[in-house]
Amino acid sequence: MATTYTLISSVTVGSGGAASIEFTSIPADYTDLLVKLSGRSSRSAAVAEEFLLTFNNNGSSYSEKQLRGDGSSVISQSFSGSSIQQVAQPGAGATASTFGNWEFYIPNYAGSNYKSISLDGVTENNATQAYTYLEAGLWSNSAAITSIKFSAGAYLAVEHSTAYLYGISNA
Amino acid sequence: MTNKIVVDCSTGDVQEIALTAEEIAEREAMAAEYAEQKAAEDAKKAEQATAKKALLTKLGITAEEAQLLLS
Repeated sequence: MATTYTLISSVTVGSGGAASIEFTSIPADYTDLLVKLSGRSSRSAAVAEEFLLTFNNNGSSYSEKQLRGDGSSVISQSFSGSSIQQVAQPGAGATASTFGNWEFYIPNYAGSNYKSISLDGVTENNATQAYTYLEAGLWSNSAAITSIKFSAGAYLAVEHSTAYLYGISNA
Repeated sequence: MTNKIVVDCSTGDVQEIALTAEEIAEREAMAAEYAEQKAAEDAKKAEQATAKKALLTKLGITAEEAQLLLS
């Protein structure tokens, strides 16, 4: 059990939205990182839209395995590419003023091994079609993570979306 | 103008910065890659639905009856 749990930084998106939220100059002082993200996409007519996660502004060597429920069925699938790309948030087609909820745990972020990440999250929608995700991600890069970016893809993270970055120490 | 929010964890400074042309291009490329994978996912789902329907027809049972068999 972690003995410390420190808020490093947080951000709330203001009016006008944002194409991305990025935490930079993350200190290497902790054992693990935890991010809590609550977002909503500006994409019109979409019940859900993906945010994309990258580290250190690096656009390669990401992979993920996912178990996803959509309100009526469950699917297991894998992806690889330039980001962790299955970070779904409600779109403008979902119930108004609802936001997704996600948690990202990144152990040994400052070490020299490849970086694993566990993700779980939900979209929100007062209807049958809403999504639940359980994912394992990997960034096949040995660099210490010094920045984390959530991009809203081709859309925007709308006003009131929030992100909190915590550092967790094991001693 | 499209902005990004950058939080400097060493200082706590939060800045809203306009995207550069390179960042806009990168954003479009990532979105295109995602759209491509999403299309593949949708195609796979449609293919599975078609196969499922064909199998049910072949067996001469409904989806509800198949569910009952598996319960």
